[in-house]
Amino acid sequence: MSDAKLWNVVGTPVEKVDAAALAAGAPLFTDDELPRDLLFAAMKWSPHAHARITAIDTSAAEAMAGVHVVLTHQNVCRIMRTTAGQGHPEPSPYDFTTFDSKVRYVGDRVAAVAAETQALARAACEAIVVEYEVLEPVLDIRQAMADGAPVIHDEQDAHMPIVAPYEPKRNLAAHVNVAVGDPAAALDKAAVRITSEYECHYAQHCPIEPHIVVAAVDGYGRLIIRTSTQVPFHVRRIVATACEIPVRDIRVIKPRIGGGFGVKQEVLIEDVVSLLALRSGRPVKIEYTRAEEFISSRTRHPAVVSMDLGFADDGTVDGMTMRVLLNTGAYGSHALTVGCNCGSKVLPLYKCDNVGFLLDSVYTNLPVGGAYRGYGATQAAFGMECAMDEAAVAMNLDPLELRRINHIGPGDSSPIFKALGEGTEGVEQSIGSCGMSACLAQGAAAMDWHAKRERLDEGRFRRGVGMCALMQGSSIPEVDLGAASIKLNEDGSFNLLMGATDLGTGSDTVMAQIAAEVLGVSLDKILVLSSDTDVTPFDVGAYASSTTYLSGMAAKKAAAGARRQILEVAARMTSTPIEKLSIEDSRILGGSKPLTLSDVALNSLYAEHQHQIQSVASHVTEKSPPPFSAHFAEVEVDLATGMVRVLKYVAAVDCGTAINPQLAEGQVEGAVLNGISFAMTEEYLFSKLGKMRNPTFKHYKIFSTRDLPELVTILVPTYEPTGPYGAKSVSEIGINGPLPALGNAIFHATGARLHTSPFTPERVLAALK
Amino acid sequence: MPNDKPRVARPPQEPTMTLELTINGSAKTLQVNPGEVALDTLRRAGYASVKRGCDEGDCGSCSILVDGRLMRACLLYAGQLHGRTVTTVEDLGTARDPHPIQRSFVEAGAVQCGYCTPGMILATHALLTEHPDPSEDQIREGLDGNLCRCTGYVKILDGVRLAGKSLRDGGDQ
Repeated sequence: MSDAKLWNVVGTPVEKVDAAALAAGAPLFTDDELPRDLLFAAMKWSPHAHARITAIDTSAAEAMAGVHVVLTHQNVCRIMRTTAGQGHPEPSPYDFTTFDSKVRYVGDRVAAVAAETQALARAACEAIVVEYEVLEPVLDIRQAMADGAPVIHDEQDAHMPIVAPYEPKRNLAAHVNVAVGDPAAALDKAAVRITSEYECHYAQHCPIEPHIVVAAVDGYGRLIIRTSTQVPFHVRRIVATACEIPVRDIRVIKPRIGGGFGVKQEVLIEDVVSLLALRSGRPVKIEYTRAEEFISSRTRHPAVVSMDLGFADDGTVDGMTMRVLLNTGAYGSHALTVGCNCGSKVLPLYKCDNVGFLLDSVYTNLPVGGAYRGYGATQAAFGMECAMDEAAVAMNLDPLELRRINHIGPGDSSPIFKALGEGTEGVEQSIGSCGMSACLAQGAAAMDWHAKRERLDEGRFRRGVGMCALMQGSSIPEVDLGAASIKLNEDGSFNLLMGATDLGTGSDTVMAQIAAEVLGVSLDKILVLSSDTDVTPFDVGAYASSTTYLSGMAAKKAAAGARRQILEVAARMTSTPIEKLSIEDSRILGGSKPLTLSDVALNSLYAEHQHQIQSVASHVTEKSPPPFSAHFAEVEVDLATGMVRVLKYVAAVDCGTAINPQLAEGQVEGAVLNGISFAMTEEYLFSKLGKMRNPTFKHYKIFSTRDLPELVTILVPTYEPTGPYGAKSVSEIGINGPLPALGNAIFHATGARLHTSPFTPERVLAALK
Repeated sequence: MPNDKPRVARPPQEPTMTLELTINGSAKTLQVNPGEVALDTLRRAGYASVKRGCDEGDCGSCSILVDGRLMRACLLYAGQLHGRTVTTVEDLGTARDPHPIQRSFVEAGAVQCGYCTPGMILATHALLTEHPDPSEDQIREGLDGNLCRCTGYVKILDGVRLAGKSLRDGGDQ
């Protein structure tokens, strides 16, 4: 079934459709095409982690020549909402308004200015005088819910828009407690029991293009927003709410964007720049600095993950509980859903009837969590996969063997699929495709796992290997919607309009490949336009590993509709029954005379039964088929300094059919290196008062070419029956492996178990003692 | 929409310096402010390939060639370009008529979001000019100042190797 020879375009590494233009440096990004008479925005940020604004004096700023608008909580409507770019109603607390009279972290919004130059806008922000009543901050995640802890969201109007536990008076942004079977009893009678706690840290996505938005009111009075976003349709809806204007008066355009990784799933600053444009009547641009990107954007939610695993003598897992304490920072963006994903994308990997999951997502006066590639699974996999390694050691089993005994397989289900969804109950599903066994075998072979596990080093430099197993999902079942439309042009080319958002991943290319395959044309005949709310059909956007699997199916259906219409016309033109006709290389085959797609288009547009051949389709899924992956890491630890070198890293991944193997590999490589960088060097350093002290690439180290270990990517083909041409997701799963795989490798090398990330020399040395 | 306050017209600060330089083979005269950073000048002049990523010389997205040497536009004052020859990626080739390095990056799958790509390509250009047949170490050293968050660098390094080979074999240019 997965025979790639069945397909002409799908399964081949065709060139990314926008790559040549990007390599030429063409003006394709938000900042590359600016309107005339542009104003520049700047924002004033809170210097305090927790404070009430008692007075703001904007008169000096407003008096500056060239300053057009100053916004504060005093002149902007209070409308409680979330910045999380999720479907309606968002499963995140409505604890945020454009400007508030309270600030809740260092870097929270105080005011915004639009002025003739960037320097002037910044100077005007400086000229705003703010008086604060400084409050005691909550800076320790474990103290957030303690009796007497300062209440961060003490406003009366914060609320949860869906039915879900929400207790801001206890700094509790989200809570989940589910159990299937009897985990407590199973754990009590387990032959081997592992209880262990893992804590992972703040990190930022670091898209090389920081957040940038240009908003302008056009000649018809409509607000046109060009923004570097993953969720153009959610931007439109949420800005409409924030600015109190109808959705019809907003058009959101996503040009090329310089990386997202989840941080641009946030409707972060579109509200401010829209208000500035509406009030000034001039186009306004806002562009985050790198420091603002670190401090005032979004982060990976730090988490404390406590695992309790019980095994029978034969190594099968009988009971599991996972307790997650998630730090959502000052606002509850994705606090519930990232938390739920900790359980729902990690626990089902192992067959077990007795499973418990407990989540407390707590507010602190620290930077705000958000969506970040992996989305909770990264944090939870650290706990689960290191605890599995501990279990293997305790049972004297090869960690690879322990995974092999326990992992879920084709036809299996997990009670967690039903018990735990995106903030609500989940959707029952059984596994269709699963290449986990092959991932384990091929990954181990590429690492030379068995030989390297046997090696014992002496002396200062110790080498070791570690591994982990992973799963993710593909879209949110019964929630996410993708849609596509396609029309035929005179020369036999097609315009494919996608709501789906290409954030540099290559989804435009993948969509074009799918449509080209259905229509029997080469890739250059498909012209993709995506993410313009006035022009393209709806799509929830690029998140939840949904684009290839979900939007790809919408593209496939839309193309199939156009194909049917083409064949109807061709059948009439050639007086041939439609069943005998097919399309290959832009020609209609099987008819009584030769026809091309261009002949069909010209006939339908100009000659007979005139109409536009065009089709639109939507897709919603009933399943979220997991991609599976096995990761293997080799490290060398310097016992004297605690320095860890990553020598080699192998990621074997089952993403179903790789529609474009080169792009799929690129997704894995990018995710894996981001994960390694996160595990080894990336870290927020805070002052005692909660201020991030290292908001630059000099002091927040992301990996560069010199740091790159040998990376091996293995695509393990399977065929997912519910996906387009057998495809599942690929983009997120890779980032989840490095924390546990490297932690387990360090343990194998040294016998020191790292329970806190990142694995800096200081932490490694401390663990060695 | 009502304005907050009466519009006080104030043009941006008047440029007070005349900069003469060669950009991509053309003689240019640009009016700039003293203290203006070359990144801002070049972007304002329409060289969109010079990207802003950090403003602190850390990410390499604003890489340009100044008299053939790889430099970061965010660390240069515009005035420092006076009399110099500046090359941006726009000078190498176009989407339909790419330079061998651009061609190689596309073929290798080195372009994901594309934001770091112009800088990477210029870093590769500088590397291959100095070392036509670079060692692995020289490749990694040559690109170390340019950050990419999408690719994990694997296919970028493939692109550099492919470009080197292509240029050694004669390329198109």
